[in-house]
Amino acid sequence: MSGGYEGKENVVNIEQSENRLVLQGNEAIVEGALASGCRFFAGYPITPASEIAELMSFKLPAVGGSFIQMEDEIASMGAIIGASLAGVKSLTATSGPGFSLMQENLGFACVAEVPCVVVNVMRGGPSTGLPTSPSQGDVMQARWGTHGDHPIIVLAVSSVRDCFEITVHAFNLSEKYRVPVILLSDEVVAHTREDIILPELKNLEVVERIRPSVPPEWYIPYEDNSRGVPAMADIGSGYRHHVTGLIHDAKGFPTQRSDEIDAFTRRQFRKITNGFCEIQMTKSLMMDDAEIAVIAYGAVSRSALRAIRIARERGVKAGLLQLITLFPFPKKAVDPVLRQCRAVLVPEMNMGQIIREVKRVNLSSKVVKYSRVDGQFITPDEIFEQLLAMYM
Amino acid sequence: MKDDRYEIRFGGSGGQGIILAAVIFAEAAVYEGYHVCQTQSYGPEARGGKSKAEVIISQSEIDYPKVIKMDLFLAMNQAALDAYFFDFKPNGILISDATFVEQLPTSRAFVLPFTRIARDDLGKEIVANIVALGAVGRLCDKVSMPALEKAVSAKVPAKFRELNVEALRAGAKAADTVDVSLLPRSIVSDEEAEV
Repeated sequence: MSGGYEGKENVVNIEQSENRLVLQGNEAIVEGALASGCRFFAGYPITPASEIAELMSFKLPAVGGSFIQMEDEIASMGAIIGASLAGVKSLTATSGPGFSLMQENLGFACVAEVPCVVVNVMRGGPSTGLPTSPSQGDVMQARWGTHGDHPIIVLAVSSVRDCFEITVHAFNLSEKYRVPVILLSDEVVAHTREDIILPELKNLEVVERIRPSVPPEWYIPYEDNSRGVPAMADIGSGYRHHVTGLIHDAKGFPTQRSDEIDAFTRRQFRKITNGFCEIQMTKSLMMDDAEIAVIAYGAVSRSALRAIRIARERGVKAGLLQLITLFPFPKKAVDPVLRQCRAVLVPEMNMGQIIREVKRVNLSSKVVKYSRVDGQFITPDEIFEQLLAMYM
Repeated sequence: MKDDRYEIRFGGSGGQGIILAAVIFAEAAVYEGYHVCQTQSYGPEARGGKSKAEVIISQSEIDYPKVIKMDLFLAMNQAALDAYFFDFKPNGILISDATFVEQLPTSRAFVLPFTRIARDDLGKEIVANIVALGAVGRLCDKVSMPALEKAVSAKVPAKFRELNVEALRAGAKAADTVDVSLLPRSIVSDEEAEV
């Protein structure tokens, strides 16, 4: 999926203004989760993600869901895995330090193929770092934080509308592919209030996991199929099955057979590769005739968006590719940009994480790094200055 | 860059209701059909000392969510004025509270006694932020009084609604005593502005 910024949706519609709300990014994530059918949240409060837990604590019970504040993030991750195995769409939200604690159980969710969504509102790190400052330092942790060879989906949000829409996508992808989805937000997006029109529920595509269509005695919990995504039975629904963190055979029991291990690992990756075109989400602006481009994600893409507009006004042919999906890395969207432009700028609030992935796509392209690591948000002027230097 | 972006910053000390004033303004702007982006200082500086909140309004979707150059700056005390004045637009408007501000860094400024109005006329110093909001609404000429009153009513507890609406009106009335068109045209000379 890819979208543009030039669509009709940018025009203010006064008639609709009655339904427009002013929400914070964190609040919009909650609305998105509830609209996706999320009915379980377990978490531990942490700046700058606490609003998600706070809102969930009174919104979930109102729709028949459950909220639990756990003793820490290890337990929170465990709780949402349990709830999801029982058939309930589940969410947890945290920031860097909590996300580190979640890695062990996140691996369990990967190996047992448990759909769930983990929101990481990034702040400065490592360790307790900078609790109130924005950062994009957890990108590679989101991809590789848990050990072992595993696929995972990582999405990044940049606005309040994103927070709603991408949360819905996150749940949909997680249910469809039986994989944990990491939603990366940051302090800027989390605490910015913006106007948003929430779509009606009936106009929203909501995906449910495929449950077994065979009687319980025929059910093989990890049986391969054309999609590579086994049907998933709710624990307690009569379909007895075994769930383990060990590499398992189709019946869900630990295995040491190399043919089964190989088939298991390859299927994990195959299911994501098969869905790549759907999973890859990007937005672009003024790329048609661009000679240089910015590739950005998260809040920084907002600064980039303005920098591009400033550049165009000065006659600099610059364009923007905003990555919503960070992993699997959207190389099919990045590649044409690298081929088209003579130089590409990757601004990040870290020492350079996504830029490595961008470079890997096409080694002959000129890719310029811009890092800001002082706990401050990158401004449009900084990006414009870089663009100007690249254009000369 | 030319667009209809209008940028407002609210500055004061933590506890003065700076953020609430910004949230209410953003809400009112939405009633008027604008896109809005509202941010605030977050972290240790938000408590005591100085605190700031920002609102961007525009007819089109807002890209960069923070202030680039302020069109309007409300300063409720001297510390916030000194700290957050730096990106004031040459033709911007500064509105400050006479009670806590002594030195003005620009002649494009109005000094109105928000805290005194709140304390003496309304009997509650706590509503000084809403008094100031009334003046901001009147002087920026972007949102109507009915929209602001509706937003105030939506954002404050029911039992304080009347007091806050009254505060808003008192602020607007105070703002009627001044005239934006009488301000000096810009703090930079024409030659400088061209650069």
